[in-house]
Amino acid sequence: MIEVKNIWKSFGDKTVIQGVSAEMKAGQCNLIIGASGSGKTVLMKCMVGLFAPDQGNVLYQGLDFTAMSPVEKTEIRKEIGMLFQGSALFDSLNVEENIMFPLSMFTNWPIKRRLDRVNEVLERVNLTGVNKKFPAELSGGMKKRVALARAIVLNPKYLFCDEPNSGLDPQTSLVIDKLIQEITIEYNITTVINTHDMNSVMEIGNYILYMFNGHKEWEGSNKEIIFSDNQRLNDFIFASEFLKDAKNMRMLSSSGKIPGNKNPLAGKS
Amino acid sequence: MFSRPENGKMYWKEFVHQCTEIGFGSLGIVAIISIFIGAVSTIQTAYQLVSPLIPPSTIAQIVRDTVILEFAPTLVCIVLAGVAGSRIASELGNMRISEQIDALEIMGINTKTYLILPKILAALLMIPFLVVIAMALGIWGGRLAGVASGIISGVIYDKGLLEFFVPYNVIFALIKSYVFAFIISSIPAFYGYYVKGGALEIGRASTKAVVVSCILILFADYVLSAMLL
Repeated sequence: MIEVKNIWKSFGDKTVIQGVSAEMKAGQCNLIIGASGSGKTVLMKCMVGLFAPDQGNVLYQGLDFTAMSPVEKTEIRKEIGMLFQGSALFDSLNVEENIMFPLSMFTNWPIKRRLDRVNEVLERVNLTGVNKKFPAELSGGMKKRVALARAIVLNPKYLFCDEPNSGLDPQTSLVIDKLIQEITIEYNITTVINTHDMNSVMEIGNYILYMFNGHKEWEGSNKEIIFSDNQRLNDFIFASEFLKDAKNMRMLSSSGKIPGNKNPLAGKS
Repeated sequence: MFSRPENGKMYWKEFVHQCTEIGFGSLGIVAIISIFIGAVSTIQTAYQLVSPLIPPSTIAQIVRDTVILEFAPTLVCIVLAGVAGSRIASELGNMRISEQIDALEIMGINTKTYLILPKILAALLMIPFLVVIAMALGIWGGRLAGVASGIISGVIYDKGLLEFFVPYNVIFALIKSYVFAFIISSIPAFYGYYVKGGALEIGRASTKAVVVSCILILFADYVLSAMLL
């Protein structure tokens, strides 16, 4: 479990995070959503220690990460996997070397065992036969899957994903979402995901933290979000008229005013 | 800033990779520049030594000392600041912009130790080695040009090379090359590692790194000459 307690972060005069607190549970997909510039990425970077918060604490299993020495932080970081927005694969290394990198750095396993583990995680992310390809030869979705394989190769306890669906088509986005969700449940990982993607929110959002202008505006689950009466959240989620109509239909349907209309979009062309 | 390596083997691998990139990757350009510098030095020295009282072997002495004291360490290092320095700055800048450095940090790796230290150590090992090669090739290039243009015979040139030779000049050149190697590796590493923005900023950082390195090399050259000669 990861606890964020009253985090504040400023850059110069601009306060980007204003007293955000949240609790990210193990075995769940915890989503941070919000418009561009709302502070999602900065909050995530504060959580993993890439930025030091001005005030507040980040606790991993009750241990205060923000108060730890660099050596202690390194130990926690070995339990963290992160999927970056741009995948952040090492350009000069091929797929196999990229995934093997954390293993070579932090284990003394023989090469055979490391290769087996690389192939195992590649199979887990449904990507085989690309071991010798370089990042430049891969599609966006493949890069994300390789980055995910690298993030989970050391069996992390915590997985952070910064906009895992950016630049991907809706179908590939769903594949990545499902993959993250399956891995989260399978390995009982505490997964934190930054996203704009409403498909992700509805599909895998066990816990959702909505940020607005650097502060926590709303929190809940994907079951609750659709019924929220928070105007800012609704404006963010149901940005288009189409989605607003879809929401109204669903709410009417669930309240029994339109009996039997389970799928408001059925029959629409 | 630097800390104990997480895994010695991986750091050694990175060090060897950097030695290959900085050393062998720059060998071609260093060889070409050195040969031509020696050749031009011979021709220009002969052009200026018009007095019949000065023996032709003096040309070899002047070429030897100029190449050893100035051309091989300073000029070659200025070229290396462009070749190796811009590569270091753009490589680190690209890693910073594409979040590869963040990815290493998240893994628990001290990125300064892993990415910068091997580059500095490789430069300290390979650049003096390149300077020694440049000295030899520069002097040889001078002989080649002297013989080819009929300015001086090979025998007289070889004789002149051995006259009034001061071994300290080589030591001085090596001291300079160590100082320049540190400048060539650390300044671009600094500009590349701390780059912010996008592709445009990587280019700017790379250019700035080369310019600052060249100025510092010339300044260090002056200070070292004033102190040690």
